[in-house]
Amino acid sequence: MNFAGDFDLMEKQILVGHTDRVWSLAWKPATGVDGIPAVLASCSGDKTVRIWEQSPATGSFQCKAVLEETHTRTVRSCAWSPSGKLLATGSFDATTAIWEHVGGDYECVSTLEGHENEVKSVSWNASGSLLATCGRDKSVWIWEVLPGNEFECVSVLQGHTQDVKMVQWHPSLDILFSCSYDNTIKIWAEDGDTDDWRCVQTLGESDSGHTSSVWALSFNSDGGKMVTCSDDLTLKIWGADITRMQSGDGNASWSHLCTLSGYHDRTIFSVHWSREGIIASGAADDAIRLFVENKDCLVDGPTYQLLLKKDKAHDMDVNSVKWSSMESRLLASASDDGMIKIWELVSLP
Amino acid sequence: MTLGLINANPVVHAKKERVARTEEPHDDDAIDPLEIYEYVRDIRDPEHPYSLEQLSVLSEESITVDEKLGRILITFTPTIQHCSMATVIGLCLREKLKDCFHPHFKVDIKVAPGSHADEESVNKQLNDKERVAAALEIPNLRQLVDECLYSSEL
Repeated sequence: MNFAGDFDLMEKQILVGHTDRVWSLAWKPATGVDGIPAVLASCSGDKTVRIWEQSPATGSFQCKAVLEETHTRTVRSCAWSPSGKLLATGSFDATTAIWEHVGGDYECVSTLEGHENEVKSVSWNASGSLLATCGRDKSVWIWEVLPGNEFECVSVLQGHTQDVKMVQWHPSLDILFSCSYDNTIKIWAEDGDTDDWRCVQTLGESDSGHTSSVWALSFNSDGGKMVTCSDDLTLKIWGADITRMQSGDGNASWSHLCTLSGYHDRTIFSVHWSREGIIASGAADDAIRLFVENKDCLVDGPTYQLLLKKDKAHDMDVNSVKWSSMESRLLASASDDGMIKIWELVSLP
Repeated sequence: MTLGLINANPVVHAKKERVARTEEPHDDDAIDPLEIYEYVRDIRDPEHPYSLEQLSVLSEESITVDEKLGRILITFTPTIQHCSMATVIGLCLREKLKDCFHPHFKVDIKVAPGSHADEESVNKQLNDKERVAAALEIPNLRQLVDECLYSSEL
């Protein structure tokens, strides 16, 4: 995709409702297309999760549900299962709640316990058969989804030496990625012979990795590249040979491709790669930045350039940026200021 | 919580004379470091019945403001090199300053260079927003912070 010309991120709507900072956002899969209204979940320091639905008639989002009185502390992360049937929410109260939309209401159908302290992130694998969670107890848990909304822990992965900030499954393969306060990214896969999950690779400073906490990671559409963001003020692009990974090649490893430095001067909390190839970042300087691959560059390997910077996107830190699952040019952002904003990327004449 | 005090014999200094200030509404664009100091000088030390100023943990020089970048840096000096209360003091500072000025100002809190054995580790924790938020939700820690902030005038 070639992004020639000028672009702007147009503010479409501000979603008000949360009474404390909004930490994370998640677009419901398979919504926002074919006449199905787009749905967005948000979670907050106010201990609730809100579900926002776009009106087919007006295009504006309204709060359809407030999921409350379940988590007893900040809700830090939320993720929809691939089918959109279930929503997992991870909280500082050390639990992960599973919600189902039952007859117009969202009901908590399961509570996953086990982490010793704050759960920081939740992620479903591509098929929806596995859920991963992570937290300040330095561990990564993998849960198997069983019939009747039952969840069974199949692995507790130790390896990170500090707080694990985020977990994210690969978009097509059952390979799990985690990033941490220990400055590393770890890759976990199931051993073909023993069915045990283990760490197959660690991307640390010596691998051209980050030099401070890694807050988030995101894959490109084909899963051959990922972008990570950090307190070290950089974004890093990593790549792997997908066909080798698919054939279960244990040596298929991820390597550093590119570092984007000099663009951010405060911690970058969130990064998200759109289907079209636009990388959005949300940072502690209240700004949103968009990056695209520089197609004209003749250097070995990809390089990236800033497409646009939205200064003062929010009044406070931007904690989460998420491209809509279907509508590629719609972006949602969440902030310490308690607001969620819906943006549209438009080409300027 | 440890049973003995980390630093049983802190050095206590006299309180610096205060300049009378009139209560003025906040001017969004002007932040006076001394104004910020007024908010934090009386925070009580977590272990001793003295203020952070009296223990020379904080002084007027602790606060630097960069108006242009919109940043406030607070540097404090724990009373001893292995002070395990350093993170608690940092939490008190953050909590106290939370609503004091326009939210677009970013606050960074560090221990004075060379003043703590785990300087890097303490600084990293104090400036990790998620760690700070989670810590302030823990009842015991919250209570300790509240005691430091709200104990009556010394």
